[in-house]
Amino acid sequence: MTTILDPTDERTPLQRVPTPRPESITGTVALLNISKPRGEVLIARLEERLRERLPGVTFQNYSKPTFTKPAPLDLRRKIAEECNFVIEALAD
Amino acid sequence: MPEERTLPAFTLADAAGIERSFPPGKPALLCFVKEDCPTCVLSMPLIEAAHRAFGAKIDVWAIGQEREGNAQLVKRFQLTAPMLDDSALAVSFAYDLDTVPTVLLTGVEGTELEQFVGFSQDDWRALFERLAGMTGEAAPAIDWSTYPQWRPGCGSKSVEPGIAERLAAEASGSPLRARRIEIGESDDAFEFLFDQGLTDGLPVIPPTPERVMRMLSGTKRDAQEVVAIVPPNLAPATVEKVAINAVMAGCKPEYLPVVLAALEAVCTDQFNMHGVLATTHFPTPVIIVNGPIRDRIGMNYRGNVLGQGNRANATIGRALQLVVRNIGGGRPGGVDRAALGQPGKYTFCFAEFEERSNWEPLHVERGFARSDSTVTVYAGGAPNGIIDQLSRGAASLATSYGLALAAASHPKGYYHGEIVVIVPPEHVDTFAHDGWTKAQVRARIQRATLRPARELVRDDDCAEGISLATAEKLGLDTLIPKFRSEEMITLVVAGGEAGKFGAYLGGWVSGPMGSTMTTVRIEE
Repeated sequence: MTTILDPTDERTPLQRVPTPRPESITGTVALLNISKPRGEVLIARLEERLRERLPGVTFQNYSKPTFTKPAPLDLRRKIAEECNFVIEALAD
Repeated sequence: MPEERTLPAFTLADAAGIERSFPPGKPALLCFVKEDCPTCVLSMPLIEAAHRAFGAKIDVWAIGQEREGNAQLVKRFQLTAPMLDDSALAVSFAYDLDTVPTVLLTGVEGTELEQFVGFSQDDWRALFERLAGMTGEAAPAIDWSTYPQWRPGCGSKSVEPGIAERLAAEASGSPLRARRIEIGESDDAFEFLFDQGLTDGLPVIPPTPERVMRMLSGTKRDAQEVVAIVPPNLAPATVEKVAINAVMAGCKPEYLPVVLAALEAVCTDQFNMHGVLATTHFPTPVIIVNGPIRDRIGMNYRGNVLGQGNRANATIGRALQLVVRNIGGGRPGGVDRAALGQPGKYTFCFAEFEERSNWEPLHVERGFARSDSTVTVYAGGAPNGIIDQLSRGAASLATSYGLALAAASHPKGYYHGEIVVIVPPEHVDTFAHDGWTKAQVRARIQRATLRPARELVRDDDCAEGISLATAEKLGLDTLIPKFRSEEMITLVVAGGEAGKFGAYLGGWVSGPMGSTMTTVRIEE
């Protein structure tokens, strides 16, 4: 029997459960541009199409300072406070 | 008065299998011995004499460190004193023995009254007098003329290499806290580590507690000190966890401080390990080591410096990669999204050949003392060769470098950020021949990269480059340099004596939006 020491951070792997799909979209939707080139083009087009389909919904635009780093904590908090949904868009 | 030391309690069986517990409720004389130690053998008749003279009042125990040797000593000296079996060495370890024989006189409560190691007539005579006083019994008659005045002891078995680490790992005060994983008898440890996804694709050394204890001897830092928060999972990495991965990578204990410093450096916000890992681009942490530690741990900065064959270079870089993989959770196909990656993602670490040029070495340029040992980490791509075998002057050679560097990433890709250029000894000599400083070399490189804006414009032949509008704004004939500033060009000396072959390591997104070169002092 060989004993070794665990080289990992020993996090118990948690099975993540996706948030249940809502019946309908209401309230505010965040459109988060991650700041890749032409991300703003994609987001603008997406917003245009969604406004046609969801007339009662408000859209709010956000962008990450840089695509190379995770969204800053403050930005994540702000979005969570102000919005009910998030759409995060890549591009290039 | 020095504070009285209470000795650790224990229970050991004697040769007859009777368990003896310390403290025994009366004074005791504990004599730690091993059979293959001549000084222990010399002392055995005195231990027996003490037992015969004072055994009614105090417990006189020989404590032997090796089962067969214990039996031999009992037989050879016709011992009537109990010979306790400490072949597991747990008591010797708990008593922190360096030397045998170690003789300890203890009080009723197990407090230490007296201790000596090795053999000295004076010690034993004084001990017998003291025991006679304590017990009211007569001291034994010893023919001291048959004994030498003094003999040094031997090393305790509990401090022998390999054994000491095992005992430390098993002891209740062990610094190890990591979860223990049992690998079944029928499993191959190497295959098991592959199956668990814990390797970089090459075999790793199984991180047994003994090996990790040995690795931890390479640093004075506390095993549970958190060295860094490792991306992408933002997991705290303790010295112990880093040591486990360093064992797996094949490091020697003396490399551990370099691995710890490199980890601290890559886990800074300015280096941005998360981005370096997550990008589809090429970068990986390139570790450049400076200062006296290079020679102390036998790093390579000469021939084949970026190649295989040197244990320190190979395993320090690998250990960092394993830490990011195993502790940080950064794996290819997971957060590591590299399109192609590069061989340096197994390991990329080398030292600077500081003595080979008159230039300031990298760490001194970056504000450290020459006597400091440092790691500098850079988010670099794979090496690209710069071949110049004909230049005999500094200006020509630096121009060659500039022409080569102008193509870094893409010949039309300008406003480039950081880049590392490795200057081999023969090129150092060419620059030195004309007395050129690093600043002069950088300036000439930048000059050789100048292109009129019109050549950098996106066109039908090649869609890369700057827009026509941008070029017009700059002026179509305005000469544009490759690098945002000359300071972005880092020159490092390394390589073998022969060969006019330099190299550059392409960069990634430089600056606050990406990664910035970072230097950290190595704590030894």
